[in-house]
Amino acid sequence: MRPQDILIPVPAGLCCKPGGFHIDPVRPVERAVITHGHSDHARPGHGAVLATQETLDMMRLRYGDNFAGSTQAIAYGETIKLGDVMVSCHPAGHVLGSAQMAVTCKNICIVASGDYKDAHDPTCTPFEVVPCDVFITEATFGLPVFRHGDAADEVKKLLASVALFPERAHLVGAYSLGKAQRVIKLIRQAGYDAPIYLHGAMEKITHYYQSRGIDLGELRPVKGVRKADLAGTITLAPPSATSDVWTRRFPDPVTAFASGWMRVRARARQRGVELPLVISDHADWDGLCATISTTGAGEIWVTHGQEDALVHWCQSQGLTARPLALVGYGDEEEEETLPPGKSADA
Amino acid sequence: MNRFAELLDRLAYEPGRNNKLRLITGYFREVPDPDRGYALAALTGALSFKHAKAGLIRDLIASRTDPVLFELSYDYVGDLSETVALMWPKSPDIAHNNPPPPTLTEVITTLRTLGKSELPAQLTRWLDELDETGRWALLKLVTGAMRIGVSARLAKTAAAALGDKDPHDVELIWPGLAPPYGELFAWLEGRAEKPVNRDPAPFRPVMLAHAIEESDFANLDASDFVAEWKWDGIRVQAVSGKGDDGKIVTRLYSRTGEDITGSFPDLTPSLRLSGAIDGELLVLREGRVQSFNVLQQRLNRKSVTPKLMKEYPIHLRAYDLLSDGETDLRELTFEQRRAKLEMFIAELNDERIDLSDQIPFATWDALTAARADPAGAGAGEDADAVEGVMLKRRDSAYLPGRPKGQWWKWKRDPHIIDAVLMYAQRGHGKRSSYYSDYTFGVWTAGDSGEQLVPVGKAYFGFTDEELLQIDRFVRRNTTEKFGPVRHVTHEPDKGLVLEVAFEGLARSPRHKSGVAMRFPRISRLRWDKPPREADRLETLERMLKAETTIAPPKPATP
Repeated sequence: MRPQDILIPVPAGLCCKPGGFHIDPVRPVERAVITHGHSDHARPGHGAVLATQETLDMMRLRYGDNFAGSTQAIAYGETIKLGDVMVSCHPAGHVLGSAQMAVTCKNICIVASGDYKDAHDPTCTPFEVVPCDVFITEATFGLPVFRHGDAADEVKKLLASVALFPERAHLVGAYSLGKAQRVIKLIRQAGYDAPIYLHGAMEKITHYYQSRGIDLGELRPVKGVRKADLAGTITLAPPSATSDVWTRRFPDPVTAFASGWMRVRARARQRGVELPLVISDHADWDGLCATISTTGAGEIWVTHGQEDALVHWCQSQGLTARPLALVGYGDEEEEETLPPGKSADA
Repeated sequence: MNRFAELLDRLAYEPGRNNKLRLITGYFREVPDPDRGYALAALTGALSFKHAKAGLIRDLIASRTDPVLFELSYDYVGDLSETVALMWPKSPDIAHNNPPPPTLTEVITTLRTLGKSELPAQLTRWLDELDETGRWALLKLVTGAMRIGVSARLAKTAAAALGDKDPHDVELIWPGLAPPYGELFAWLEGRAEKPVNRDPAPFRPVMLAHAIEESDFANLDASDFVAEWKWDGIRVQAVSGKGDDGKIVTRLYSRTGEDITGSFPDLTPSLRLSGAIDGELLVLREGRVQSFNVLQQRLNRKSVTPKLMKEYPIHLRAYDLLSDGETDLRELTFEQRRAKLEMFIAELNDERIDLSDQIPFATWDALTAARADPAGAGAGEDADAVEGVMLKRRDSAYLPGRPKGQWWKWKRDPHIIDAVLMYAQRGHGKRSSYYSDYTFGVWTAGDSGEQLVPVGKAYFGFTDEELLQIDRFVRRNTTEKFGPVRHVTHEPDKGLVLEVAFEGLARSPRHKSGVAMRFPRISRLRWDKPPREADRLETLERMLKAETTIAPPKPATP
């Protein structure tokens, strides 16, 4: 049996024929295994969904109770038999509840890592290396210009700016699932204990994080707060809101954006960001290379992002590597747009 | 170096002038000598390193990284310094015993003395020691391509703010100072006397005029004032003085004190006499003053060719004398200075420098008539280059800044057309949530009937309240979006008419309409007017005919 007999890319996503399921399908399927709650990976409308409890909870929050026909939770370290294959679940370190799914069939183990990062994150279980024969890796930041550094230093930059401009409001654009909560937690760890304000679209998921025992300090909805009272404060908002009419409620706002893309000036300027914060929930170049090496896999399948560079690197290390033509996954920050009409008063 | 890099990094993202000032002043306050002085030198463009070229930087990165990965990265990032700074790999040699990163002072003093052959190894060492922002700043510094939106003037203003001084005062002593500006900072921090400007040809802060309003005349007596034409050129200060070696030093300054001598080598030989002239820089052809559009060909040129100097002969029209030889005249009255100026110009006797004529008038009505018809009131064939009238109190001393009631400018009425809003784009900084940049057009006959053709762009002139109204209109009437640009409904019966005021028109092959406006701004919103009643391109073409005197020479290739 060859690896591609176990997992193969089809239009609906990565298909496991011997197991009878798809991983992170982009179209409704009978049985889906889902790595994490971001909307490009976790979509509604499947027959049966297998995912971690947190991922299932977040899908329910986003899509309502009827987001799937049936659900089954899998815990980190647990193994479940599906058809002719064994599926085990391991932390991916990307966001709360994110998982790598290891699929084993007749002595061949393939790890579909979804999105992952090997950097420290106080809001989720750390990434775990799973030895395997074939490793499927993302390549969002698959270029050697992407090295993310310590997120705590970036948060220091934010707090220094808040101190320098006490009469201005600081608006931090951050993806509402994962990034926002990690940034809040990092701000708290840096010793900032004033209330932090939230855009309406952030509230549900953030409260879910708090309900899972993640202490984020005092959080307040920004809606209804007087403009003058927002001077010297920090507000977290979805990236698209930071260039929206919504920002007019803030006194002379400083626009920050927490993203791995902020490494590249042109990307930051294009978005009108004044204070770029290089904080990423994806592995950077060094992280991707180190992870690939430690899995011991001889074959690497590279998906969504800068596949060319990473495939080239793998081959230069003597590994078999190929880009996996999967469509429908992307940079979640680019995807996150608010529903029309909702933004102005959220 | 890392602290300087942090400053550059922050400045590169900060759109607001005041915030930039605060960032720079904050840096000067925090960082000791001589580092801050070298930073000031870097920001004012006082440094240049001739050996560091882009090719050298490429060679350095090629020796450290996989060429395929470099090309893919460069392609993605688009800027050489930034790509190299970001992907520079850690050196295995220094992993355990990191030397401290170099200070800005070390970098600059070393670069000044380093030979070309030693440069690659030295740059490599620094790239190993710095973090990526440090590497980026280092590469920007050595290749001389900072492009962070900070002018020399802004950097000096930030330095002045450190000691609550007037930026003019810094500008005044600047020519006598050299990096790392220890004595400047000592003075700014109150630790020493103001440095003496030993420059034999220093800049003097200029005196500016207020725009006059109809209602001001009631309180002004015509007999207290003299009037001159306001020429559509650029304000300059031409200064000559004897250096320590007895030789004449000549400098031409812009109104902000920027040294622009290098752009006008054809004027300097004419400034033979020691003194400081305040005047207007113009292009004259066969004795006739050319429009600002013609003068523009001489501005911001990297190289000034003999051809350029011949086709655009430069001229200085003098209207004030600030010093005569070693004598400072600024305390004298305007009339006294004018008498000295007349003698000075007569003694110079140079065809490139002449006196600004005065307009005879006894009453405000007489001046109003002159302003309406400059050709008949003495400006003759040069009337098209007249922008309006200047009024100066006979007894006014020469005071820096814009003192009240001394000098007035009374511009000719601007040209006005009604145009239709076609596209809107988001603004920057404070305005980033508003559609505040507008492209407008006028009607013309097209292949398929009447159509709008864009004739210009404007992003000011409206009030905050009007901005809100236009922004709302744009958001509700967007038909398409292209990136940050919105295509706004512009049909004969649906759309927004903008009254656009502008100072002049020129032919422009770069614009689809064939015309370009000078200084366009939104003067009124014509909610009352249907787009079909907006102006036509022919109206602009008629204005253009009336306006054009002698067209600038055509470029070599059509």
